[in-house]
Amino acid sequence: MAPVDPLAAIRDTFFQECEEQLAELESGLLAMEEGDDNPEIINAVFRAVHSIKGGAGAFSLGDMIRFAHAFETALDEMRSGRLTPTPDGLKVMLRAADVLADLVRAARDGGEVDQDHSKALIDELRQLGGATGDGEDGDGDGEEDWGDFSFQPLGVAVEGPSSAAWRVTFTPRADLYAKANESALLLRELGRVGQVTTQVDASRLPMLDALEPEAAYLTWTVIVTTDQGEGAIRDVFEFVDGDCDLDITPADGPAPDGGETIEVADASSAEPAFDISALLAKVQSAVEPAAETPTETSATPAAALRKAETSAAVAAAGPAAGATIRVDLERVDRLIDLVGELVINQAMLSQRVMEAGLLRASGVAMGLDELEQLTREIQDSVMAIRAQPVKSVFQRMPRLAREVAAMTGKPVRLVTEGEGTEVDKTVIERLADPLTHMIRNAIDHGLESPETRQVAGKPAEGVVRLSAAHRSGRIVIEVADDGGGINRSRVRAIAVERGVIPADAQLTDEETDNLIFMPGFSTASEVSDISGRGVGMDVVKRSIQALGGRISITSRPGLGSTFTMSLPLTLAVLDGMVVTVFDQTFVAPLTAIVETLQPKASDIYSLGGDTRVISIRDTFVPLIDVGFSLGFRNEQIEAGSGVALLIEGEGGSRAALLVDAIQGQRQVVIKSLEANYRQVPGVAAATILGDGRVALILDIDTIIAVTRSAESHRAETPMALAAAG
Amino acid sequence: MTDLTQTRGSGRELISFRIGAQEFCVDIMAVREIRGWTAATALPRSPAFVRGVINLRGAVLPIIDLASRLGFPSTEPTDRHVIIVAQIGTQLVGLLVDAVSDILTVTDDIIQPTPDVASDTAKTFVRGLLAVEGRMLSLLTLERILPDVELEAA
Repeated sequence: MAPVDPLAAIRDTFFQECEEQLAELESGLLAMEEGDDNPEIINAVFRAVHSIKGGAGAFSLGDMIRFAHAFETALDEMRSGRLTPTPDGLKVMLRAADVLADLVRAARDGGEVDQDHSKALIDELRQLGGATGDGEDGDGDGEEDWGDFSFQPLGVAVEGPSSAAWRVTFTPRADLYAKANESALLLRELGRVGQVTTQVDASRLPMLDALEPEAAYLTWTVIVTTDQGEGAIRDVFEFVDGDCDLDITPADGPAPDGGETIEVADASSAEPAFDISALLAKVQSAVEPAAETPTETSATPAAALRKAETSAAVAAAGPAAGATIRVDLERVDRLIDLVGELVINQAMLSQRVMEAGLLRASGVAMGLDELEQLTREIQDSVMAIRAQPVKSVFQRMPRLAREVAAMTGKPVRLVTEGEGTEVDKTVIERLADPLTHMIRNAIDHGLESPETRQVAGKPAEGVVRLSAAHRSGRIVIEVADDGGGINRSRVRAIAVERGVIPADAQLTDEETDNLIFMPGFSTASEVSDISGRGVGMDVVKRSIQALGGRISITSRPGLGSTFTMSLPLTLAVLDGMVVTVFDQTFVAPLTAIVETLQPKASDIYSLGGDTRVISIRDTFVPLIDVGFSLGFRNEQIEAGSGVALLIEGEGGSRAALLVDAIQGQRQVVIKSLEANYRQVPGVAAATILGDGRVALILDIDTIIAVTRSAESHRAETPMALAAAG
Repeated sequence: MTDLTQTRGSGRELISFRIGAQEFCVDIMAVREIRGWTAATALPRSPAFVRGVINLRGAVLPIIDLASRLGFPSTEPTDRHVIIVAQIGTQLVGLLVDAVSDILTVTDDIIQPTPDVASDTAKTFVRGLLAVEGRMLSLLTLERILPDVELEAA
């Protein structure tokens, strides 16, 4: 492993955690908006913002701290019951969560954030907090000083300005370290508040063999002489509140019964110096054999970083999320590759055994069958590692819906279902863009204006439903709106106007609806900011197709439209029909095949040139000779020989692919051609068969498209629909 | 610019091989392995010099008929032919040649520039000429061995 900058690693972890906190924050606020008044939710929301603020403090991210602080203050009001969560208030909070997310991303990627926007929201948040009439706490002047995070006087000092001595007894709990806090830094910070005398109580330190490396054993007693009062001292420990036992009393009070203590620092320097050797000596005298000092005494920067790193990792793995581990994606992919090879090897072995003429009932053949099952199971399990719930992309959508709603002035409720549905990570990543586009479209084009809705007797607030489910080995994602449905006459008029279809084209309702997937089609009469410029549903369709998926629309006038996407669960394996073309083996994706048939010469008609159609139950579909289409042979094979695969391409267009013979069905591991070569027209990818040879996977849609464009010189328009049905 | 510009100490090592009567060589650093010929799966609509793809331990490896690529008659591969697996950038490519003959250690100063009279093909692929024991070897550069992207249209 290459050495990684430990600070960069911590920073990465921080931002990863921020993403988790932001997700928590948003889902919490949404739950509150739904009317859930469980106090745990507001606590979780508060904690999320608080943790982000804490982390931001550690990295001196001024903007983020300021904003998070204002946010946190308002949330605190809500948490303590002084502020009742109103729908309006929660809307402000949700927008604040969005801004916070922007700030986090800006800090991570080095972008800029609209300062005015965030300032305006800070003001709104203050008003929320201030509206309760309790502006004393948090809303005070502390905020202006917050930017440099220097723990200056907050103006909320309980005591007067006169200098006083305080006895601070500070006992960190293991949680404090687990959250990447560090006692040494806190004590150093305390040293900035005033004059300090520090003592450490190591009496609870166990024998080395009983020492729990993640536990906390030390207690510090610090006498602080300061004119800043108790508040300033408490502020030092603000971020570890709840993760330590903290006792602050005036110093002339009774000293807590401390047991044996070791004097470790003299007060005059602001930097509390830790006398590790003294502590070590104590440990050594008590423990045989002595080894490393416990991690609590990590006063050197390197040790502190190590500690922070491990505790950050502990925090990431988290007590909350059940037993999970973070694994480098590369390692998983390597494993998937290896299992793919195992599958191929197993298939090769089976083939060899069959060739050797062993009986099916022989022990070897039966053992091989078991091996095959086991291999298949291993493969499924390994694929499952890459699978992730669609939640990660679904949870970005509520924010989008809010923004689009604000821009269009259409109130929207986004309902998500099936967030736990799992699909391959790559599929998830590549879903984000098309989904974003579809949600935008659903609100911008799908929903009517509130007035129109009310006239139609619908509630002013539109509903967009985003759902995911597993269906027959694929994941089906739907985006449904309860708007007016597709305005077919307008779609048709526009399609004619733009030359997408001829003026006299006869189209079914379904075909008309599907026109919106044609390139360059946009029903918005003026291009709006939201639905973008020139990119339309055709882009969505293409990106879904690139994932091996299909998209379709159903629409009912007055009731709304539903976009349905069906995607493969993984991009790594494919169920295929293995066929022979011109002595070569090819694989056709099984999902595209409707049926196979033995074409009779009498069913095949020539339309002149190379174009042939086949009659299947009185429907004529184009007959494509695969070997001819791919350029392997110069003459099409004779009508009546070979086998035809009736296939359905994207958008429902059908064709019959003529191949020489069918070998059988098989699950194949997809191998990229582009890795060492480049894309080949007509070929989607490659795979390796049982005999160890490479077979090409047919790209059905390109084959249809190439044939069609070769055939349709006379038609100027790219008629994808004419062939349908 | 090319992976051939690096010089390690005093000289560099080259692998020499035969195509017909001609001898060629490439920098040994670009060569990953050498293996015997196995039948390749033809790729549709590809240039004639692309023999197809083979399975290299789970990866799909394109095979270039180097003779055909350099403008000689294309090879009729037999079991005695050899595939040189070379790395070009991030990609692995198999080069079909007649036989691998030798490993040479040379210094840069004995590499002569390609004479100006040479054809375009030679200029594209031949980086220089070497005289070794009275024979001429062409030092090849591999970057342009794969077909150009613009040929891609169908």
